[in-house]
Amino acid sequence: MASLIAGGVDCDVHPAVPHLTSLLPYLNDYWRDQVTTRGMVDLVSQSYPQNSPITARPDWRPEQGKPGESVADMQRHVLDPFQLKHAICNPIYGVQMVFSEDMQAAFCRALNDWLAKEWLDRDARLRGSIVIPTQSVEKAVAEIERCALDKRFVQVLMLVMGDTPLGKRALWPIYETAERLELPVGIHAGSAYHNPPTAVGWGSYHIEDYVGQAQAFQTQLTSLIVEGVFAKYPRLKMVLLESGVSWISPYLWRLHKFWRGVRMETPWVDRAPLEIVRSNIRFSLQPFDAPPEPQTLIRLFDHMQSDELVLFSTDYPHWQFDGQDALPEGLSPDLVRKIMIDNPHATYPRLK
Amino acid sequence: MNIQFRENQEAASPLTVKTAIADCDIHPARATRTELYPYLAKRWQHHLEVYGVHAYQGMMEGPPYPKAQPNASRRDAYPPEGGPQGSSLAFMQKQLLDPNNVQLGVLNPLNTGQGIRNHELSAALCSAINDWQIDKWTSKDKRLKASIVVGNEDGLSAAAEIRERAGDKNFVQVLLLSRNVEPLGQRRYWPIYQAAEEAGLPVGVHAFGFGGNPITPSGWPSYYIEEMVGHSQCQQSALASLVLEGVFERFPKLKMVMIEAGFGWAPSLAWRLDKTWQRLRSEVPHVKRPPSEYIREQVWWTTQPMEDPESREDLFDVIKWIGWDRLLFATDYPHWDYDEPSRVLPAGVSEANREAFYLGNAKKLYGVS
Repeated sequence: MASLIAGGVDCDVHPAVPHLTSLLPYLNDYWRDQVTTRGMVDLVSQSYPQNSPITARPDWRPEQGKPGESVADMQRHVLDPFQLKHAICNPIYGVQMVFSEDMQAAFCRALNDWLAKEWLDRDARLRGSIVIPTQSVEKAVAEIERCALDKRFVQVLMLVMGDTPLGKRALWPIYETAERLELPVGIHAGSAYHNPPTAVGWGSYHIEDYVGQAQAFQTQLTSLIVEGVFAKYPRLKMVLLESGVSWISPYLWRLHKFWRGVRMETPWVDRAPLEIVRSNIRFSLQPFDAPPEPQTLIRLFDHMQSDELVLFSTDYPHWQFDGQDALPEGLSPDLVRKIMIDNPHATYPRLK
Repeated sequence: MNIQFRENQEAASPLTVKTAIADCDIHPARATRTELYPYLAKRWQHHLEVYGVHAYQGMMEGPPYPKAQPNASRRDAYPPEGGPQGSSLAFMQKQLLDPNNVQLGVLNPLNTGQGIRNHELSAALCSAINDWQIDKWTSKDKRLKASIVVGNEDGLSAAAEIRERAGDKNFVQVLLLSRNVEPLGQRRYWPIYQAAEEAGLPVGVHAFGFGGNPITPSGWPSYYIEEMVGHSQCQQSALASLVLEGVFERFPKLKMVMIEAGFGWAPSLAWRLDKTWQRLRSEVPHVKRPPSEYIREQVWWTTQPMEDPESREDLFDVIKWIGWDRLLFATDYPHWDYDEPSRVLPAGVSEANREAFYLGNAKKLYGVS
């Protein structure tokens, strides 16, 4: 494996909300009463069943509770051993699954306040992502503006599978706000399960949902590019988190070919998709979905024609690699430095 | 792409005969709205006149996303005698088969009886289109071979249609589309795979179809280009389902052909499946081997629309990872994104790989000498 260097930025770690009741202190009286009176249960998404092998590495699994629910564990498992300067917390809690926009907004607000108090306050290396109630664009924008006052929030966070494709114009005020406040928009694996988790319907298995995340990212990238998000908001950065990376180039070859063929349909897309990706889209490293052969890895990075696309991540506590082997074999020291330090800093202005 | 081709005078000259090729994705069309009626019972003719076809999408006519060209086809492919592109054998011979020296042409009729909510009508239309393929096409030109179109949502009647046609040399594969009510690995479709395996016929999965699911897992997108690109994601999800439901394990002699959805995605999907299976295999104990092994042994890809990266070495990497023995050349005639045989493969390919790509793999897979 390639050697890690100190002072890196881990762009995808997952602090776990122990239980919905952990958010009660951050809810107002009405919502606290709703949660308790209605007997609401914990919001665990099917994307990450608590005991699934992919949800936590065996040696990162606590004896009790959810993997990733303790700051001390995160320090001991990643922040210290990987000698990180920063880690960006992306809470994957099922607040996106609820259908009421009011309830979603209340839970998102509570989640963001919980993150600031229970995590960001406890370790100066940690940075946060603003989870937004995407069902209401107005409320999502308000939540971004509210949280952005705290400079430790460095990104807006959305799920790759929600109610509509992410490029849809109705969502653009979110992107306008993010661009204005120098917040990249992180798109993380996972579904609100408001649509079937594949474009050909509901599969039978958890493994199918997980494999399918990569296809979901592909369709969202198409939507974001062809709707013209980056023509309208050229400074907006988007980071695809836990997306996989080996699909990027072949996907772009295909999109490029069709764009050349039918660009009359979306004339505002005035740059080639590959150029848009190079300037506006980034990808987190893990899960690194290529075989463990340096020769293949070198070719995959050659295909990308850029050393700026990939950002370091451990995906803690998800089980993507063992030991310290977060960096696949075959990366040159220069590329390791770009991935671990330069690229994240170029992507997240608030890390300065 | 939609290029106006000049008539190829050279093709007529015996001195310049091109190397023979197989075209594994040709779309024959009906010249008139009622061309299938002779193959349909009176009841269904009446049904079509009164109620029409109700697919798993809202439009009574035409596709939900308007195509980039009329009938998604080349403007130079209208037959001189009239009718839509791809509806005349004589013109197909003149424009496609003769000048390109197509030795084997596989017919994949679209907009037939598939993706229809009335499953009885679906079966009747599929049976009709199969008779029509013989009468209008394969019996009149021995280079052409048909696909058994089956009513995809009713596995049992689909299997019956396959068994009825099994052994008929006019047919070389069973045809499904990638988008169905459920992912293709689901049990409702297993009778199709069982019958195909028994008949020794590959199952082709052509991009497209209607199953009622949005073409992204995050809802309906806005544009035709999203549907077009989306077909490769649908194909990936369909193939993942086939692997993870254990279809290849259960039907070890089954061969599947992924048609018109590109192939560049295949290595990445196989790697991702393998990596995830390493972690989660206890959920799917019926998947006994790494997913990439099933894919390597039981799946083929047609080439059109060919990925064309800036560097041919990138393309060669991907083909090497898939296997030169797994690709089947296709033009997609008469559709607008037609791949011209002489232009798709860059220089630098060995003679053996070139022959396999253009002809050998297809003859072997489809059992055509």
